[in-house]
Amino acid sequence: MANKSKSKKNVDRVVIRFTGDSGDGMQLTGSRFTEATAIMGNDLATYPDYPAEIRAPAGSLAGVSSFQIQFSSDNIGTPGDKLDVLVAMNPAALKTNLADLKSSGIIIANKANYTDKNLRLSGWELNPLEDDFLRDYRVIALDMTRLVSNAVEDMDLSLKLISRSTNMFALGLVSWMYDRALDSTINFIKDKFAKRPELVEANIRALKAGYNYGDTIEEIQHVVTVSKAKFEPGVYRNIVGNQAMCFGLITAAEKAGLDIYFSGYPITPASDILHILSGYKNFRIKTFQAEDEIAAIMSVIGAVFCGDLGITATSGPGMALKGESLGLAVATELPLVVLNIQRAGPSTGMPTKTEQADLLQALFGRNGESPVVVLAANSPADCFSTAFEACRIALEHMIPVVVLSDAFLAHGSEPWLIPQTKSLPKIRTHLVKNPNGFNSFKREEKTLARQWGIPGTKGLEHRVGGLEKDIETGDVSYDPINHEKMMNLRQQKVDIIANEIPLVDPFGDKSGKVLVVGWGSSFGAIREAVNRSRKENHNVGHVHLRHLNPFPLNLGETLLKYQNILVPEMNSGQLLLLLRGKFLIDASGLNKVQGKPLGVDEVYDKIIELAGG
Amino acid sequence: MSEVSTITLSKKDFISDQDVRWCPGCGDYAILSQVQKLFPKLGIPKEKFLVVSGIGCSSRFPYYLDTFGFHSIHGRAPALATGAKIANPDLSVWIVTGDGDSMSIGGNHFIHVLRRNFDLNILLFNNQVYGLTKGQYSPTSEIGRISNSTPFGSVDYPFNPPLLALGAGGTFVARSIDREQKHLQGILYEAYKHKGTSLVEIYQNCWVFNDGAFASLTDREMKMETQLVLENGKPMIFGRNQDKGLTLKGSKLEVISLTKKNSINEVMIHDEQNKIQGLLLSELTYDKNFPTPIGVIYREEKPTYETMLHNQLSQALKTRGKGDLDKLFNDSHTWKV
Repeated sequence: MANKSKSKKNVDRVVIRFTGDSGDGMQLTGSRFTEATAIMGNDLATYPDYPAEIRAPAGSLAGVSSFQIQFSSDNIGTPGDKLDVLVAMNPAALKTNLADLKSSGIIIANKANYTDKNLRLSGWELNPLEDDFLRDYRVIALDMTRLVSNAVEDMDLSLKLISRSTNMFALGLVSWMYDRALDSTINFIKDKFAKRPELVEANIRALKAGYNYGDTIEEIQHVVTVSKAKFEPGVYRNIVGNQAMCFGLITAAEKAGLDIYFSGYPITPASDILHILSGYKNFRIKTFQAEDEIAAIMSVIGAVFCGDLGITATSGPGMALKGESLGLAVATELPLVVLNIQRAGPSTGMPTKTEQADLLQALFGRNGESPVVVLAANSPADCFSTAFEACRIALEHMIPVVVLSDAFLAHGSEPWLIPQTKSLPKIRTHLVKNPNGFNSFKREEKTLARQWGIPGTKGLEHRVGGLEKDIETGDVSYDPINHEKMMNLRQQKVDIIANEIPLVDPFGDKSGKVLVVGWGSSFGAIREAVNRSRKENHNVGHVHLRHLNPFPLNLGETLLKYQNILVPEMNSGQLLLLLRGKFLIDASGLNKVQGKPLGVDEVYDKIIELAGG
Repeated sequence: MSEVSTITLSKKDFISDQDVRWCPGCGDYAILSQVQKLFPKLGIPKEKFLVVSGIGCSSRFPYYLDTFGFHSIHGRAPALATGAKIANPDLSVWIVTGDGDSMSIGGNHFIHVLRRNFDLNILLFNNQVYGLTKGQYSPTSEIGRISNSTPFGSVDYPFNPPLLALGAGGTFVARSIDREQKHLQGILYEAYKHKGTSLVEIYQNCWVFNDGAFASLTDREMKMETQLVLENGKPMIFGRNQDKGLTLKGSKLEVISLTKKNSINEVMIHDEQNKIQGLLLSELTYDKNFPTPIGVIYREEKPTYETMLHNQLSQALKTRGKGDLDKLFNDSHTWKV
């Protein structure tokens, strides 16, 4: 590597967003930078954002793809609000992302793509790199295409291949600016293009050319360094939300001694779960890509009836289709896990954008009263624990569990403390081996879980179904009093779970001015906002709910300890409605429905407003 | 039946303790009785039967059989059976469905389960009417049907179940009739024997809402003229005096008289494995100029979905070794703090 002639400057945190056309390889660039950052020992959080169209028209605003990372020496929970660096490979990317750049932030642009045609396509009247439009920023505009071309001139590569390697040039440059090593990316390139040595060579040369170019840029006086973050001791890896979710499911199956049966129908942003699980056949995971969302959950119900740990994953529209079947799982009291990786709605909505607007659907989106357990993951790594907890509750209580994640968690990543698998608890099941005294409706006192008698076990032959059943025998019953007893029983099976879930213990102040109550992916933004306001001596607490049905037992009394309750959500006030309805308290919402995650600043501003400035 | 059984079960082992609640005289009773007669003969332990249904009169079936049973939701039995068969391929899985359940609300699952060829059996009770909701025309009702939802006559063309099943890639397509008990018993056994998805369409009389829909096929006098009983390797002949046959003229079937000398040689021989023939026979379903074929229309051996899937599972286990959580968690770059 080049000798660094510039001095070093240490900062606490940096936010970079790589943006370009969908074909520019920004997701790859971002994930390579993330890996190098993980190796440096910083805490980090990432957020990829890309269009629903696989190849939107080149150069158009709709075709912009981006990958954001925040890395820090502190513990952080979000990919950051405002950008320190915006890499804008084309004018459309600059247009759609400039508003998020800090004033005096750095723009890195590939001049070669700022052609008349691309400028016109993205609505620039004049080339912003050539007038003083960007005067408030530090602009590093380079003809990366020519620079890469120079670096590979002896290789006789097509212009197309050269311009495809410009992302590696940009990555090299940013790596130099922030003191990231190139080794992991070089190894990745060697692996990825193992069968095409000319691509290995071209990409590595482009990467190094970008890195070495750093020394020559006048706009940059320092190489910026970020110290290692303090982590709890242990072994870490970086993990993406959907992957963590799968690991949690696989672990739960192992701890319960069951095979996984997973069925799904392709839907953004849940499809990765089907992809990932289908690759782990040596864990005896049976995956089935069904003909539709309904078939996916119905086949899961069939597999669960036969003794597998049954899981399906979908997003909002698919969740709507699964409603009737989920009701059947409630009525037949079978343990299954439904993952809803939420996206912006209603209807098809914005499939690749994030939102947390399916909470009420999860709780109430079925006919009759058919209560299910609802959990939500709060960070990419937390998807592991949430998935594990969902399987545990489903199996130990013989009840369907809905897990809410969202596009932000599903595709976002952060460091994950790899758990000691031996220390994770075993999961009980209600499988029946001995036919003596078997009755499918015989219940365990503590959980009210019924017996799980599966086909193939002698003497357990019995029938289940969606018709109302007699509370004692499980036979079909239309008796009015019995129906009411069964309705109460199904609700009680959910409520009883509150006895074993952790009580709420607010972070920060345990009583006082403001309690921020959140759920799901807004965790990081809320926690940072609460930290910031507390550093300024404001009296603030934070409760983040994993269990949304049932709520922790002491939630109501906890709310009463604060003068103001603030509920930030990426919806129009769903948890807010539940808290007000259930606890008859006043609470205010901070609601954002833009298909984008909540930012730290907006939560902070609202806290300050309530805390009395 | 030829199979040697070490398990002694009888019909009464398969009668559940539930009162049967179909209308008296319903064709479903006859089908239930034939299934209860068949199961003990198959040499399969009782606990390995799973009977799955959707919604409708026919779908109450599982409650009346003392096996594992699942009365699911409208149209979805094939999807539920799919999961069960993948979870435990050892089970003998039977789907009981009706014409509304399988051809209308569950049409999608019906075609996909056939296409995938799981080793399971579908009994399609076709009474050409919605019974449980009190008499609306169904997707197999003839055009012009007067019903409570079509007071001026239906303008809806019916589905042809065997043709649909063949189009979906079904590997066993057969038809029988509730009143033809012996024939039904034989076809149910053939369906069981077939390693793949077996569809048995059973014409079933709903005497409350569509009485006599199949009268011409079951009437002792008329049926000789209206039924074409298919037997593999045998000529397709019918008629009171076995004096008519089917022959192929160009690409169409034709009825010929067998009174002329040697005309028997022109009669088509039933070949269960000939798909084109199966398609032609299926086409006769609603054609008043032809007899209605009953028996095995088509049969094809093809690997089943669950066999191929479980082969992949064993293969993965062999080549990669048993899944190990610690290895899994550490399969990417890790660092120690």
